[in-house]
Amino acid sequence: MKNWIIVGATSAIAEAVCRLWAVRGYRLFLVGRDQSRLDTLGKDYQVRGADAVHSFVMDVNDFDQHAPCWQAAEQQMGRVDGIFIAHGTLPDQSACEESVQQALTEINTNGLSIVSLCTLAANQLQQQGQGTIAVISSVAGDRGRQSNYVYGAAKGIVSIFLEGLRNRLYSKGVQVTTIKPGFVDTPMTADFDKGGPLWASADQVATGIVRAIDRGRNVAYLPWFWWCIMTIIKHIPEFIFKRLSL
Amino acid sequence: MASPYISWGRYPLQEQRGRDYHWLPQQLPEQGPYLPQGNARSYGDSCMLQGGEVLSSRFLRRFIGFDPETGVLRCEAGVTLGDILAVAEPQGWFLPVTPGTKFATVGGAIANDVHGKNHHVAGTFGCHVTQFELLRSDGERKICTPRRNKKWFQATIGGLGLTGFITWAELQLKRVPNSAINAENIKYRNLTEFFALSRESEADYEYTVAWVDCLAAGDHLGRGHFSRGNHARPVQPRVAARERSLSMPLVPPLSLVNQYSLTAFNWLYYHRQHQRVHYQTLHYDPFFYPLDHIHHWNRMYGPKGFLQYQCVIPMDASETAIRELLERIERTGHGSFLAVLKVFGDVSSPGLLSFPRPGTTLALDFPYQGHRTLHLFEQLDEVVVQAGGALYPAKDAHMKAEHFQRFYPNAAKLQALKDPNISSSFWNRVMETSS
Repeated sequence: MKNWIIVGATSAIAEAVCRLWAVRGYRLFLVGRDQSRLDTLGKDYQVRGADAVHSFVMDVNDFDQHAPCWQAAEQQMGRVDGIFIAHGTLPDQSACEESVQQALTEINTNGLSIVSLCTLAANQLQQQGQGTIAVISSVAGDRGRQSNYVYGAAKGIVSIFLEGLRNRLYSKGVQVTTIKPGFVDTPMTADFDKGGPLWASADQVATGIVRAIDRGRNVAYLPWFWWCIMTIIKHIPEFIFKRLSL
Repeated sequence: MASPYISWGRYPLQEQRGRDYHWLPQQLPEQGPYLPQGNARSYGDSCMLQGGEVLSSRFLRRFIGFDPETGVLRCEAGVTLGDILAVAEPQGWFLPVTPGTKFATVGGAIANDVHGKNHHVAGTFGCHVTQFELLRSDGERKICTPRRNKKWFQATIGGLGLTGFITWAELQLKRVPNSAINAENIKYRNLTEFFALSRESEADYEYTVAWVDCLAAGDHLGRGHFSRGNHARPVQPRVAARERSLSMPLVPPLSLVNQYSLTAFNWLYYHRQHQRVHYQTLHYDPFFYPLDHIHHWNRMYGPKGFLQYQCVIPMDASETAIRELLERIERTGHGSFLAVLKVFGDVSSPGLLSFPRPGTTLALDFPYQGHRTLHLFEQLDEVVVQAGGALYPAKDAHMKAEHFQRFYPNAAKLQALKDPNISSSFWNRVMETSS
């Protein structure tokens, strides 16, 4: 039996992951902002074979709700085997440049809320001596670029935070998996022109996520070729990089 | 990832925008024209709209309910037939009708009133739809069943998406003793043998279809492999599915389907089986969906794409007309990689514009070679019209308006129920003389 908390459950990637988990008969605790959407998803997972589906309405930026959320999950499922964090927003970079408030809100949503959730999860799972923390970061967190650096910085917080957490929890039996997707065809990227070889479907990425979690991977670039792309991008010397329009 | 809104034949390419619904829409856009679309598995232009917007249901993939006691399943319109099998098959239920791909959506299956290898016993997909919700551009929602809103029910089944946006649908699935298929593959020598086999198999076999070597001529004209099967008995062991599938990763600069590859393929495929009859128990996937095994197989036709020609010929004219069609194709040397023959039954569909009708259907794929292909199609059209047959809109990219209106006398009735904001490239083409 696997009992998972899914934060950002109404996101397309989370949904695709849950479809796969539902087929395996997992118990799912869905966390999102919209009750009716969570209900829609719950019915779907039930039909697909989920053992039980629960839901919890929460805005991730309401940090005070994080602890009650975990407690509710424990209460409903008896035990939590893993937390999968998939929420996120794709900020309007130019709006973030003009408004400090906007930039900080995005950092909150995409970075700090995850620090809060993972700190809580780490302590709970460490006590249990078992469990998985899987979080969707992004290839954008590997290097800051002018077109997207506020989002990139928030994801950078996530990636580095998880690195440290993995190091801390390794000896405690808790697995930490950092997922770094590239371009994925989801509502978050609705404004992009999506016909190209770099674009993946949420289903493809979800299959990769489930496999990475099953295999206890540390960092998973999805699809795999992003590892190659980001390795090159990370190694471009800064004096060249700063001149590029990326 | 390929651009998601292009039709399966990749011809004709259209200038159109796409809009994805990720949650059931509360209302449709105020500004038309647009066209509801599923997974864009129609071959030609019936799922596209030049100069407009397609409203895609490809992300509306949620089940709403399934009762394993009764086999009644309700889901959003973008749920694929494969999604349904994954849920229902382990519980002893199966699709009552399935086309040759399980990547089609429920909404698309309704809009094209698709058929399968069991048409002679089960009719079309629409025969098994118990209800659906239709969202119109004026904001009205209609629950349509065979009794309630009957005219909308009938117009929407086979209605090519023109009557409104199907948000969800309910189907009656079929109980099966075993999802594996006891199949017989019979090598036959000519068209006359095909019709004899069809007649002989109709009563005892739920599924029948034939692959035709369309390059064979003379005494061998119409030779091929006749495939027939039934669900395996409950005591037979379950057959495992193939885990891995292949994918055509890119569009080659030239069509891989040409005269040479076709000649070789057709000859080898016909002769792959030495004995006359080959018995096999197989998983439902290779039996129903052999092509789904290669994702994006449509790309092998290269950047120009391909067209499918699918017609139905009334029974009494079948043998003569199909002989004539195959002769005309053979004479041009413009062979087809996949040529399929099937005898339809007389189960009538609730749909106003359904394609299947008693007779024999022939389907062929042709790489698009410009004028040459269209000229061949004109010659084939002559035979179909002469024989009192019809062409299939879901596969079409060339049908003439006058032909369409002759094949589908109910077209004017559908036009009257069509949503004012909705249209398709196909519809604009075939209705141009009457609008």
